[in-house]
Amino acid sequence: MAPTNDSFSKHISNQFNIELEQIRTQMLSMGGIVERQVSDSIEALMNGNVELAEQARLSDKTANQMEIDIDQQCTKIIALRQPAASDLRLIISISRAASDLERIGDESGRIAKHAIEIANTGMNTRFGYQEVRHIGTIVTEMVRDVLNAFSRGDLEMAYKIAKRDREVDDEYRSATRSLVTYMMEDPRSISVILNVMWILRSLERIGDHARSIAIHLIYQVSGEDVRHKSLREIKEAIHDASPDDESDNYQSE
Amino acid sequence: MNSQASETTNISISASQARDNSDRMPMRMEDEKIKIHVNDLNLYYGNDQALKGINMLIPEKRVTAFIGPSGCGKSTLLRCFNRMNDLVDICRIEGQILMDGENIYDRNVDVAELRRNVGMVFQKPNPFPKSIYENVAYGLRLQGVNSKRVLDEVVERSLRAAALWDEVKDRLDDNAFGMSGGQQQRLVIARAVAIEPEVILLDEPASALDPISTLKIEELINELKNEYTIVIVTHNMQQAARVSDYTAFMYMGDLIEFGDTDTLFTKPEKQQTEDYITGRYG
Repeated sequence: MAPTNDSFSKHISNQFNIELEQIRTQMLSMGGIVERQVSDSIEALMNGNVELAEQARLSDKTANQMEIDIDQQCTKIIALRQPAASDLRLIISISRAASDLERIGDESGRIAKHAIEIANTGMNTRFGYQEVRHIGTIVTEMVRDVLNAFSRGDLEMAYKIAKRDREVDDEYRSATRSLVTYMMEDPRSISVILNVMWILRSLERIGDHARSIAIHLIYQVSGEDVRHKSLREIKEAIHDASPDDESDNYQSE
Repeated sequence: MNSQASETTNISISASQARDNSDRMPMRMEDEKIKIHVNDLNLYYGNDQALKGINMLIPEKRVTAFIGPSGCGKSTLLRCFNRMNDLVDICRIEGQILMDGENIYDRNVDVAELRRNVGMVFQKPNPFPKSIYENVAYGLRLQGVNSKRVLDEVVERSLRAAALWDEVKDRLDDNAFGMSGGQQQRLVIARAVAIEPEVILLDEPASALDPISTLKIEELINELKNEYTIVIVTHNMQQAARVSDYTAFMYMGDLIEFGDTDTLFTKPEKQQTEDYITGRYG
């Protein structure tokens, strides 16, 4: 039942195949832009590169426009083709994923904005940069993996991504704690550290959105709606046979 | 024409009501009272087997739709429910169809009585060459009812049930052939409803109608299911998805998948069903 690339070609209406293939390609290329934006904004912060940060903020506009285009395409297909079953789920999941990607783009834009603000203070304190680097790497990987999983209809990978969100949430909490300690030790750094806090918050949100795209993929492929479900329930829904661990009871907010 | 005008004024209401399934919960067969049990039904036309070991349950006061490509046996199965296939000489049936627990293929079943309980409406509207009033009253007159008061009442009630009363109440004595196709089809449904059957079989009731009349028929089906068990055969899958509570997908005489409509159209279990409803069949 998995909508693989070849299953499109079996439609009686060839035009319908083309349209479905198009929105999928469009969503994946939007994903490519957003993925780049995430890594650019983190890189810009690390190197104090204002130009790169500006660039990352600008590509947000492209992502916004693509979201609108994809949604229009989806609406059009629903109106004209009355898709059912896996076709319908594909369209719904693409539309939802596009909106999550757009939010990821927004969050990256915010990171870039704070990177510019920090660079403009001229302070080279680098409080919390290690944490940002660490969490940044995880969420960049999550975004990349979820797009790969999407292009392959890979449920196992989708589950792993949902699981990694737990890791991000944990790291985020411990990073906030250490930043609070820095602020108490050196009140002059508070304004810069607040910027870093916002950046961490944005990274954590990006992780949530990547998880949510993984959930849309699970819906697309298996038909199971696992939003607001614990990892264990997700695992059951996709018949994943890997052994349980304690994180399987975790439920993201 | 007058009737045309009133047909169009009701569009918006009909369309919105026909789609008002928002409060619909996923249906479960376990919760239903079963009206018809089909047990191991095999049907042959001469040497050709048209239905292969069909087992299914038709729940009471629900709409059950049969979908599938041409020649898959859906109309044949529908016709089994009022023994219309008896009229085909080379047709042979094995197995049972229990209606309220009684096998309708039992030797001592009165077929006329069965057909009184199981009304049928066909693809093309087939009113009698009589007045609108007489068309609806016909079944009762056959049963020997002649009281003007009773007939008036039944005709009005049936025409109202078929959502036709307001359009024809001033011209009940006009010939039924003067009505539009959509009106004729609803008249035929009114005629079926007049004798108060328990089950109504609809064989492609809207396939010869324009989209607006189609919506009206769908709307009507939604109303009728409060009183009657409805079984509908349709080529229009979206229609099956809109009007039915349960859907059966048939292919080459086999019942491939049968389940609640919402699940069947969003998450079918069988690949064949998936291929058919997404247009990948053939």
